[in-house]
Amino acid sequence: MIEAHGLTKQYGDKTAVDGLTFTVRPGVVTGFLGPNGAGKSTTMRLILGLDAPTSGSVTVNGKPYQQHAAPLREVGALLDARSVHPGRSAYHHLLALAQTCGIRRSRVDEVIDAVGLGEVARRRAGGFSLGMGQRLGIAAALLGDPATVILDEPVNGLDTEGIRWIRSLLQGLAAEGRTVFVSSHLMSEMALTAQHLIVIGRGRLIADTGMEEFVSRAEPGVVRVRSTDPAALAALLRSREVAVSEATDGALAVSGLSTDQVGRLAGGAGITLLELTAQQASLEEAFIDLTRDAVEFRAPMTGGAQP
Amino acid sequence: MTTTRHLHPARPAGATGQRVTQARVVHSEWTKLRSVPSTAWSLLAAVVLIVGFGALYCVLRVTRPPTQPEAVAAFDPTAVSLTGVQLAQLAIGVLGVLLVAGEYATGTIRVSLAAVPRRLPVLWGKAIVFALTTLTLCLPATVAAFLVGQSILSAERLDISLSHPGVARAVFGSALLLSAVGLLGLGLGALLRSTAGAVAGLFGLLFGPQLLAGLLPAAWSDRIYPYLPVPAGAAVANVQPDSLALAPWTGFGLFCLYTAVVLALAAWQLRRRDA
Repeated sequence: MIEAHGLTKQYGDKTAVDGLTFTVRPGVVTGFLGPNGAGKSTTMRLILGLDAPTSGSVTVNGKPYQQHAAPLREVGALLDARSVHPGRSAYHHLLALAQTCGIRRSRVDEVIDAVGLGEVARRRAGGFSLGMGQRLGIAAALLGDPATVILDEPVNGLDTEGIRWIRSLLQGLAAEGRTVFVSSHLMSEMALTAQHLIVIGRGRLIADTGMEEFVSRAEPGVVRVRSTDPAALAALLRSREVAVSEATDGALAVSGLSTDQVGRLAGGAGITLLELTAQQASLEEAFIDLTRDAVEFRAPMTGGAQP
Repeated sequence: MTTTRHLHPARPAGATGQRVTQARVVHSEWTKLRSVPSTAWSLLAAVVLIVGFGALYCVLRVTRPPTQPEAVAAFDPTAVSLTGVQLAQLAIGVLGVLLVAGEYATGTIRVSLAAVPRRLPVLWGKAIVFALTTLTLCLPATVAAFLVGQSILSAERLDISLSHPGVARAVFGSALLLSAVGLLGLGLGALLRSTAGAVAGLFGLLFGPQLLAGLLPAAWSDRIYPYLPVPAGAAVANVQPDSLALAPWTGFGLFCLYTAVVLALAAWQLRRRDA
């Protein structure tokens, strides 16, 4: 359980996190979503007591992080996969961590096996790929068998197999009743992993909602339809007060009708259809809509980039 | 890497007693120190420097022994055999810097401080481990440098015995001074967080004050000189102190005080600043 109350962090004039209030509950995977620079990593550092909040407070499992006698046993965190001394082996990196609160040596081997680093555990971590670094970071997070797991962008640098592994690992941890808080800037990834979403932009809370609720709120789909007589079909559909736009290849994009409805209308009018597809407005688009005003860094949309 | 097992929850029934303690953090810091090969090599290099450079210099002096009576009187066989200590000081000081600043450079410091959120045990743990490690290595190294050096110098009957007044103190004092310089570097690394900044700070503290004092009128600089870090620390490592120097242990105590001030500032910053 993570509880933030009016959490605010300013670096000089810049407000990185602005009055965040949210609760991350145990038993589900909570996705922490926001564009780059939204304040996700800062929030996680505040939770772990690495940075001190300018105002507000945050507790983990009922206490400020610093007040836990054995923090690794309460909270496991992965902040940055490259936070390993390049000259040290994965095994010794984890062993040194374990020793700070008397976690037994065999547990180190257990987590190494669990993340699939058994064969490279004794090699210098400097030679690790980003994906291996992520696995090592996750091993460190699991070391104390913590009730709360906090992972910052854990799928970065992982291959497909690794991403699938993370997904099932996170869901497994949540199913065991743990609090799982995972940040990402990719909605598509969260859609497959998280049951709850906390979305921030420019340090402010934008949404704190269940994944299903978020999905159902996403804009209704568009139907793409291609026919032998696009002009007639467009006229027919427009008479139903439906929004129709023409795509470049002669297809029509229809919003407000289902594929069934479009098909029946066309059939009734004797128009031959060549293609009829439902195009669900993606979660990614819903997310982009939601955070449009809160994007920190955006490529300028002027000049040659425009069609 | 394609086979990954699912991790079973492994919280033992009696998980009590698994709290962060200073002793555990010392153990953890010892694991960190010994598990980076470059650190071990640097420490070994310091030992080789102490013994090897001292021996080399002794050979050099034996081939051209002092002939004038004043030169013979001024010849300090202990200092000659411990010449390598001055070079090793820099190596160990820089290693002390790297021990902390390196954690900031790699980002490991966040992992360390998240594991020990009260933070200060990490700094004390590093300091204890580094001080004991350097002392354990440097004490035999200075004794070896002395014994090897004297056996070389004995060819020209220039050698001195360890039982001669002040000699044993200088040999042991050199090892203590090496540890103290290491701690000074470690404190500067923790205070300044950047390798380049802290190395510059270390060299500045070791060499800067003498240069600045030299710019002052002689009467003033003579008065200040014994209290500067290096002359103060060197008092314990010299058998024949110059007329200006502080008493051996007073001087070393002052050097330790400077180091303690830097470590205290580092501790204050560590608690206060974001990691």
